[in-house]
Amino acid sequence: MSKARIILPIEGMSCASCAATVQEALAGADGVVGATVNFATAKAAVDYDDSQTHVAELIRTVRSAGYNCGKASVTFTVEQLHYAASVLPLEQALARAKGVIRAVANQATETVTVDYVPGVTTGEELERAVEQAGFKVAAPIAAEDPLERERLARAQEIRTLTWKLVLAGVATVVAMAGAMLLMADRPMDSFKRFDLLGRLLMPAALKLWAIVSARTTIDLFWVKVALAVLTLPVVAWSGQQFYKGTWSGFKHRTADMNTLIGVGTGAAYLYSLVATFAPDVFAAAGLQADVYYEAVSAIIALILLGRLLEARARGRTSAAIRHLAGLRAKAAHVVREGREVAIPVEEVVPGDLVIVKPGEKIPVDGVVTEGASAVDESMLTGEPLPVAKKIGDEVIGATVNRSGSVTFRATRVGKDTALAQIVQLVEDAQATKAPIQRLADQVAGVFVPIVLAIAIAAFVVWFDVGPQPALVFSTVALVTVLIIACPCALGLATPTAILVATGRAAEHGILIRSGEALERLSKVRTVLLDKTGTITEGKPTVTHIVTAKRPDGTSLSPAEVLKWAASVEHRSEHPLADAIVRAAHEKAVDILLVDKFAAMEGRGVRGTVERRIIEVISLRHARERSLELGTLGQDADRLAREGRSPVIVVVNNTVYAVIAISDPIKPTAKAAIAHLRKMGIKVMMVSGDSKKGAAAVAKEVGIDEVVAEVLPSQKADFVKKLQRQGRNVAMVGDGLNDAPALAQADVGIAIGTGTDVAMEASDVTLIRGDLRGVVTALQLSKRALRTIRENLVWAFIYNVVGIPIAAGALYPFFGVLLSPVLASAAMAWSSLSVVLNSLTLRRFKPAWAT
Amino acid sequence: MTLAQYIVTAVGLAAIAGVLWYFLFSRGSAVVAQQTGAGGVQEVRILVKGGYTPDTVVVQAGKPVRLQFYRDETADCSERVVFEELGIDVPLPAFQTTAVEFTPSEPGEFRFRCGMNMLKGLLVVEPATADRKPAASPHKFHE
Repeated sequence: MSKARIILPIEGMSCASCAATVQEALAGADGVVGATVNFATAKAAVDYDDSQTHVAELIRTVRSAGYNCGKASVTFTVEQLHYAASVLPLEQALARAKGVIRAVANQATETVTVDYVPGVTTGEELERAVEQAGFKVAAPIAAEDPLERERLARAQEIRTLTWKLVLAGVATVVAMAGAMLLMADRPMDSFKRFDLLGRLLMPAALKLWAIVSARTTIDLFWVKVALAVLTLPVVAWSGQQFYKGTWSGFKHRTADMNTLIGVGTGAAYLYSLVATFAPDVFAAAGLQADVYYEAVSAIIALILLGRLLEARARGRTSAAIRHLAGLRAKAAHVVREGREVAIPVEEVVPGDLVIVKPGEKIPVDGVVTEGASAVDESMLTGEPLPVAKKIGDEVIGATVNRSGSVTFRATRVGKDTALAQIVQLVEDAQATKAPIQRLADQVAGVFVPIVLAIAIAAFVVWFDVGPQPALVFSTVALVTVLIIACPCALGLATPTAILVATGRAAEHGILIRSGEALERLSKVRTVLLDKTGTITEGKPTVTHIVTAKRPDGTSLSPAEVLKWAASVEHRSEHPLADAIVRAAHEKAVDILLVDKFAAMEGRGVRGTVERRIIEVISLRHARERSLELGTLGQDADRLAREGRSPVIVVVNNTVYAVIAISDPIKPTAKAAIAHLRKMGIKVMMVSGDSKKGAAAVAKEVGIDEVVAEVLPSQKADFVKKLQRQGRNVAMVGDGLNDAPALAQADVGIAIGTGTDVAMEASDVTLIRGDLRGVVTALQLSKRALRTIRENLVWAFIYNVVGIPIAAGALYPFFGVLLSPVLASAAMAWSSLSVVLNSLTLRRFKPAWAT
Repeated sequence: MTLAQYIVTAVGLAAIAGVLWYFLFSRGSAVVAQQTGAGGVQEVRILVKGGYTPDTVVVQAGKPVRLQFYRDETADCSERVVFEELGIDVPLPAFQTTAVEFTPSEPGEFRFRCGMNMLKGLLVVEPATADRKPAASPHKFHE
């Protein structure tokens, strides 16, 4: 009997009894010696006899118990599989490897896909199994995290690229010196005098010639041979990827950047070889045998340099999202079995009580159950001031607890947390494109074949009608056209800008769902704001307490009035009652026991408190009963005109006070709306509330056009009506009630609340309910679209101007050709400049820098 | 014009025509989807590395299709695969298999491509009644 142990990740366990079920099922299975299932880590450790059972069997056991097993999959290429008589031995050998669940081979693509248990199977084991079956893998198998593998592959690429660049760079410098000697030998005869770079270098070449020839005699043939040898490793190693890419593309009937560079440098090198070793081919035609080894090295070096710089710059474009993802806490203090223990954040489960001390990161999302503190949420919401948290408030994972110690109950963990959702949402958005890119994509698709055709045409034209030596002119024109053309700039124009813009937006608490949303946002000319919860806090609050005078002329204190009112109202469920009770809590007023509580439909509430009859009633009801209001009547009327809801507090049939309740306007709303109008944007308000209430709020924040008393579905109709007038409308509202209108609008902007960030209907989510986010989002989108346009225009113009110049457009006017080396510098710069231009978006600051 | 010029001109024009035809209009060999499972899902594995292998896929209309794209490179070009007419535009993470699932309702030819429109493939949807049995081994079909 051979013992084996495996750790299986179990999915779908929601409680400790689930764990027991799985454990029982596993322990009872054939060949299993023992099994322990840990609910907190969602893992099962199984000891089994591998001569009697197999991992696949264990997983089947887990499945039949109603749960699932974590599974990963890897696909790799096996050489010569195409010609194998049968794939069965290979599949069986792989299935015997540790942790392998299933192996499927595909002869058509020469690939094998293996499903395995993560953390158990290693790449080497699979490779060994493949070899046992008599095959060979094409590349090492990486049976680990694909993301990790991608990161490693990229890092490795950059390292190799650097060394390739070093080799090409050194070779270029030496080859340049050699080329200058060749050039200076016959300055008036060399073709290089038609070459822009050659002209620039000629004085230096003559000096170099003078110095060297004074000391030694130079055999130019051997200089050429030395250059050919020196350039060989550059072509064979540094430039290898271009030729490989050319070939692989050719097989797939596609042509890309590699094709252009591969064919271009390949042609230049072959031409130079012929000119070196069989100069008669050219001499016979009465031509000069110039060589272009230095150009081959220089082109490869410059393009590698461009790629390296570009890779680094592109790394910076996604810096914002990497920064966000890195905010995640690593550990958490939770209460387990009555004791506080430190565990990795991955092991926190919903329902855990988590303790956070001052200065610590809040590990996951949850609701405060004990203590109070101020929490710095700036990293997620952009809000610079710490936010006060007390019992019942939501806390967001990855924010930092500043002042007090709090305990909270975890509600969302892992990929459900607000942070994980934000990162996911932004990453998804970054993978999208804006419609503006479509034209560039269409051009890119046919670009390379057309450039190849133009290059051949340039060759033919120079050969037929160009001056002598025609073959040299033709070859230079061909190579230069191939090298200068740059489809990369076209392809990078939009994605890099979207990457930077969405990342920057996220840093300000604005989540943009896609490139398309970003583009539509930039065209918005009308902003429609919902009232409740968007302009206002969405939470009725006591704003005024006007008290009556006692018979002796002194005023009653607001605290006393609140005491009576709140004592009765805390039994009521009316939203206004809630506002009064909250006000009492805030003022730390005692709430007394109420007796004989009664709600009077549409009129108010009443009850007995300390043998007094307390009533909190509407103004209309107070007038119906002809209660003595005195000056309070006028106060109540005035408050009502301001859009507030006045209620009358009556004690033993004596009017004590008017309490005005309203939904307060957000402190930043007015400034944000003023800013939108300054940007020339039409701002309108839509509300389900009464005309009077809506008008009062609109007046307060400076909105002229108000549509009130509309149902949520009618809001969508109103958006449609505006759109029919040819307006691009952004609707700002909450993600639930206003969902139809948000979906109808050109851009739906949802106001976020706490941890709920993934709102389906919206194109844009403002994590913090601050309307200034609308201004920031609009400004950023305009700025991003400007950058994209600049990039596209630059990429198009570069190619439209560069290709004719490379083909020799300068020659008829200036008698000079663009050198292939200068062409490669231009091409490397052109794609780099697009990325750098997109990176300027990182410097975007909102109108009010926080 | 000299003889050499005539020859260069003729070869050059032929090369231009050849390049344009080869890269823009020609098509690779096709692979017929194999039906797997009881639901009759038509499945094809496609290797994404400098292009799509195979680059032409034949399926039948009216039955679910699952294309398993395995992207075996980090080159940015192949980051997404787009079926414009079918409204499919999905990212392909490097070194992972990404399943693209849909059910073609109409027969026809649908092009698919990478995000930048440089790599190309073709999905041929045949009428469901087409009287042809899928080849036992996919590569036998085009031999």
